Amino acid sequence: MPKPTRPESVYFFGTCLIDLFYPEAGLAGMELLKRQGVKVVFPPKQTCCGQPARNNGYQDEARAVARLQLDAFPGDRPIVVPSGSCAGMMKTHYPEMFEGTPDHERAVAFSKRVYELTEFLVDVLGVRLEDKGRPVTVTWHPSCHSQREAGVVEQPKALLRMLSNVTLVENPREKECCGFGGAFAVRQAEISAAMVADKVASIEDTGATQVVSGDCGCLMNITGAAEKARKGFTGRHIAEFILERCHGR
Amino acid sequence: MAADAGKLEFGAKAHVALNDPKLRANFRRAMDGLMAKRTIQFADEAEWTSLRARGAMVRANALARLPELLEQLEANCLKNGIQVHWAETTQEANAIVLGILEAAGAKTVIKGKSMVTEEMHLNAHLEKHGITPVESDLGEYIIQLAGEAPSHIVMPCIHKNKAEIAELFHDKIADQPYTENVDELTAAARKALRGAFAGADAGISGVNFAVAETGTLVLIENEGNGRLSTTLPPLHIAVTGIEKVLEKLDDVPPLLSLLPRSATGQPITTYVNMISSPRKDGEKDGPKAVHLVLLDNGRSRVHGDSELRDTLRCIRCAACMNHCPVYTRVGGHTYTFTYPGPIGKLLTPQIEGLDCAGDQPHASTLCRACADVCPVQIPIPDLLVRLRTEAVRPTSPDAVKGAGSSATTGETLGWKGWTLLYGSPLLYRIGTRMLGWFGNLMPSSAPMLKQWTSVRTKPKFAPKSLHELAREKGFCDE
Repeated sequence: MPKPTRPESVYFFGTCLIDLFYPEAGLAGMELLKRQGVKVVFPPKQTCCGQPARNNGYQDEARAVARLQLDAFPGDRPIVVPSGSCAGMMKTHYPEMFEGTPDHERAVAFSKRVYELTEFLVDVLGVRLEDKGRPVTVTWHPSCHSQREAGVVEQPKALLRMLSNVTLVENPREKECCGFGGAFAVRQAEISAAMVADKVASIEDTGATQVVSGDCGCLMNITGAAEKARKGFTGRHIAEFILERCHGR
Repeated sequence: MAADAGKLEFGAKAHVALNDPKLRANFRRAMDGLMAKRTIQFADEAEWTSLRARGAMVRANALARLPELLEQLEANCLKNGIQVHWAETTQEANAIVLGILEAAGAKTVIKGKSMVTEEMHLNAHLEKHGITPVESDLGEYIIQLAGEAPSHIVMPCIHKNKAEIAELFHDKIADQPYTENVDELTAAARKALRGAFAGADAGISGVNFAVAETGTLVLIENEGNGRLSTTLPPLHIAVTGIEKVLEKLDDVPPLLSLLPRSATGQPITTYVNMISSPRKDGEKDGPKAVHLVLLDNGRSRVHGDSELRDTLRCIRCAACMNHCPVYTRVGGHTYTFTYPGPIGKLLTPQIEGLDCAGDQPHASTLCRACADVCPVQIPIPDLLVRLRTEAVRPTSPDAVKGAGSSATTGETLGWKGWTLLYGSPLLYRIGTRMLGWFGNLMPSSAPMLKQWTSVRTKPKFAPKSLHELAREKGFCDE
């Protein structure tokens, strides 16, 4: 695939989870893009990609909320998303969700404009990072949907490897689901608990002091469980992590 | 309350499994091993991509022409001397098999591995009528001794470790001393089974692929028990689901490669049996009669839906369960019905009904590990979402058995409210601001938070949302 051309401006889709719980991660994502000389526009009409309703079987509701996003991001600017899960939803499921409706054509066009944040930073902007932070050992947690739906695998690790004072240790079980799964964490609470306990243990085994991820759903689950069990690592969204390194904090 | 029994059972059984450290360890170890072996087999990404595309195409083509291929299969089997029987339900299939055995005066049966006969609960039916079935696949033999159901579709006794099998053999096989030596355990089973093979009045097997073009039944296995079961006794009954048909012999090789590599990480199985007729005049071995029983049991209905039809592509390799983070933790018996893991969550509710197994499509994080490894590209997570949809809001009244059975007024209203909030920028702004102000006052015992905080800390609403921060920083300006 030819490398997409570098745009002058992009849209930012903040995601509903970041909006409520991790706004600093979203802000960091926008700052990172701005530092690359790209104008960032955050359309205030945006809400949620609609994934919660879709995954629970409420397709009309999912479409209604997704349609609002189609309205909120007009034109042809790229839409950058600091979540592999929401990006995956908009990239792969929007076209099929709107099939046979008058919105199909614009849903397809919309989906083609969607980029996961690290994907955009690496593949489109070709960023170079200068690490001003202290030495730290981290491990990467890829969300299931970023790896297997949005198709983002190498880009976040490439970014972490650009940081000279960051040692990235691989978690042999990194590809395995952390057990979040949205409503799954409540509907199948015990199975989810077992999964996140294993995920926390596998991160602990790497010896990293921080787990970095591109998805706040996973982070809420993993760091919530690590905190409750008083484990010795913390979690960070990759945008926030990188921005802090660039600022030397 | 049959409808609720299945639901309660999944959660209750998962609870038991999750609190059984030995079971957890057995599954984890076994699944880790299987995943590693499969990874080695498909190291060449390009080869994997093209081979699975071919596998998917072969299966999709066969399903697209299913009725016509089944007729062709029947005609060619008959031409080959294989008698063909059609069963709409498992009861009918059991009656057919029993009828054939009784007509032949068969009292003992040796069985090759067959998940469809598990689906039928054939063994129990035969025993009830005075016929003794003996399972000859080592794993099936073990669980038959233990009086259990398979916990995995390829490795039925994967939930047991060596020590448990040693104990079982010591307990159930006459004069068998306790030993954890695998060779000795295998030899003990072999010794017991040799007699059963020699004395069996009939053999029953499953079928991996039924080739319409030639009327050939393909059966793959590793222990030679499938070959013995289908050649030694004077009567062979093959039992399979109607979806196992393939158009032509040329369609077999890609699947013969995909199936064992996906299942156990073997390049090919030790035995590949191609059964094309009973013993012919002048031949010295083989059964005198071969019967093929084709079971529907809800498959036609699945086939009738162009999206859910993909379920029937399955070649029963079990890669989906080997890679499933849920299956690995709860094991096969949690799923209650015959087929566990991702394919089970997908198939079972369609066969048994969403009113009966409606919780199973929700026992998934939609992590897509299954879809990633499926050798015939069944989009399992997307089809699970389809079933979740049918359970609450059927696309048509009879698309899936038990459709609409999970719809509750409370949940529907909840999603209506969600849509109102997330579908309106104004209400969303007000709502998120309220949550920022008051959300953290919610007690951990609140609905949903209660389950969440049982093992995690309470998530904290940020004082200012990203919407507010973005506006302050000037990101909202065009």
